[in-house]
Amino acid sequence: MVRHKIVLHFPHEQVDKPIVSKLVRDYGLDFNILKASITPREEGLLVLELTGKESDYERGVQYLRDCGVSIQPLSQDIRRNEERCTHCGACLAVCPTDALRLDRDTMQVAFEQAECIACELCVKACPPRAMEIHY
Amino acid sequence: MAKTIEEINERISRGEAVVVTAEEIIGLVEKKGVEETAATVDMVTTGTFGPMCSSGAFINLGHAQPRIRVHRAWLNDVPAYSGIAAVDVYIGATEVAVHDPLNEVFPGEFRYGGGHVIEDLVAGRKVHLRAESYGTDCYPGRHWEKDISLADLKDAWLFNPRNAYQNYNVAVNLSDRVIYTYMGVLRPNLGNANYCSAGQLSPLLNDPLFRTIGIGTRIFLGGGVGYVAWHGTQHNTEVPRTERGAPTRPAGTIAVIGDLRGMNPRYLTGYSMLGYGVSLAVGIGIPIPVLDEEVVRAAAVRDEELLAPVVDYSVDYPQGTGRILGEVSYAQLRSGSIVVDGKEVPTASLSSYSRAREIAETLKEWIREGRFLLACPAELLPCAPRDKGVS
Repeated sequence: MVRHKIVLHFPHEQVDKPIVSKLVRDYGLDFNILKASITPREEGLLVLELTGKESDYERGVQYLRDCGVSIQPLSQDIRRNEERCTHCGACLAVCPTDALRLDRDTMQVAFEQAECIACELCVKACPPRAMEIHY
Repeated sequence: MAKTIEEINERISRGEAVVVTAEEIIGLVEKKGVEETAATVDMVTTGTFGPMCSSGAFINLGHAQPRIRVHRAWLNDVPAYSGIAAVDVYIGATEVAVHDPLNEVFPGEFRYGGGHVIEDLVAGRKVHLRAESYGTDCYPGRHWEKDISLADLKDAWLFNPRNAYQNYNVAVNLSDRVIYTYMGVLRPNLGNANYCSAGQLSPLLNDPLFRTIGIGTRIFLGGGVGYVAWHGTQHNTEVPRTERGAPTRPAGTIAVIGDLRGMNPRYLTGYSMLGYGVSLAVGIGIPIPVLDEEVVRAAAVRDEELLAPVVDYSVDYPQGTGRILGEVSYAQLRSGSIVVDGKEVPTASLSSYSRAREIAETLKEWIREGRFLLACPAELLPCAPRDKGVS
């Protein structure tokens, strides 16, 4: 079993098609929608967590690419500007996962991108605005 | 065995001074006892780094040709106070840029303000000045625009009327909606507890009765050198205390001053508090001379012994009811959770402990290298219990 968080960009001609349901039906993948939006020019953005067999995942991703959907791993999306982070820990109050946690020895805030679900709550709660969104 | 500041300075100059941080002295006293520690250690360094809203800088812009008596001024579109002499202005840390939507789209982001202007100047970046006036016979200029940088300014001093609060509230939210405060985002129904003090490393908690800190004390300020100018606004020493004298409520404060030149944006950082406004995170470190055993006893204070009040920021703080939900220690706060009303509440800090530690270490290095000498305070900070002989 594999679990991947990916960011999908849909071209506008695909926005109204039931692509995700096909991932479940034909490829047996479980999905969890982390974020979804359609821009004014009708390009779709979908952040998904997909869980399933590795071979099914590979086939599912190939199906998405064949539909013209561009895919990038989510881990690149929220980044910390190391220069600006002051390691205060204000972000810990809003992070819903363990992506942001305090190392009690160094008292520095660690950012585990693998745990990040890109909810973006930390972005505005960070006083020096060190958490940045990169799509 | 009592020591004087002069004796300690001689030892610093000879490179013989024994300096430890406020964290290190805890273990030292546990191992060797107060008496031996007092005999061997000359100085304890402290540190704190957190948002300190009551901060700002006096700037002299230098004169334009023709001269202008600046009546209104903006630095990167942030209004600066100009109701002082012709080209002197004061840029306050919490002043927001004009055209900022504030809280009209709630919660406001407050991306740029006075704190950021000060950070930009200290980082060596250009800042755009715009000034207007009404014109006088001696100052005919009416409009003035130019880019300024710290290097070309005639004078630029950080002058903060209230910094380094001795202890502070732990903020929680008892209501059923998220609230946005100067203590950060507070989730509903005791979702989190935010605190803001370096506890056992914090300058004023290591000298709780101000037996060494006073007007003229030389300090680490914003990465450079500064001085305690006065007691800070809202300085209050008549508060409940632990047996060893540490206040269990927000108590003493200091006003500090120092040349912006020589400071470092790492210790002077513009902050944006969601839904609240802008501020400036200031790094301060105060050296505490080990004059006697009493100083050692106070500086060896541990987070376990320092207590802070838990305050509801949905009703009690805004309405000023004075109600306190309980007291918790900084050891509990730093552990990651506290218990309020029988509920385990995760904690988060607005004060950076790691940077406070870095400041105490830096100050220790400066003293060891003989670059930083102690200054004799002209007068100690006012302290009611000390003046009444209570310790």
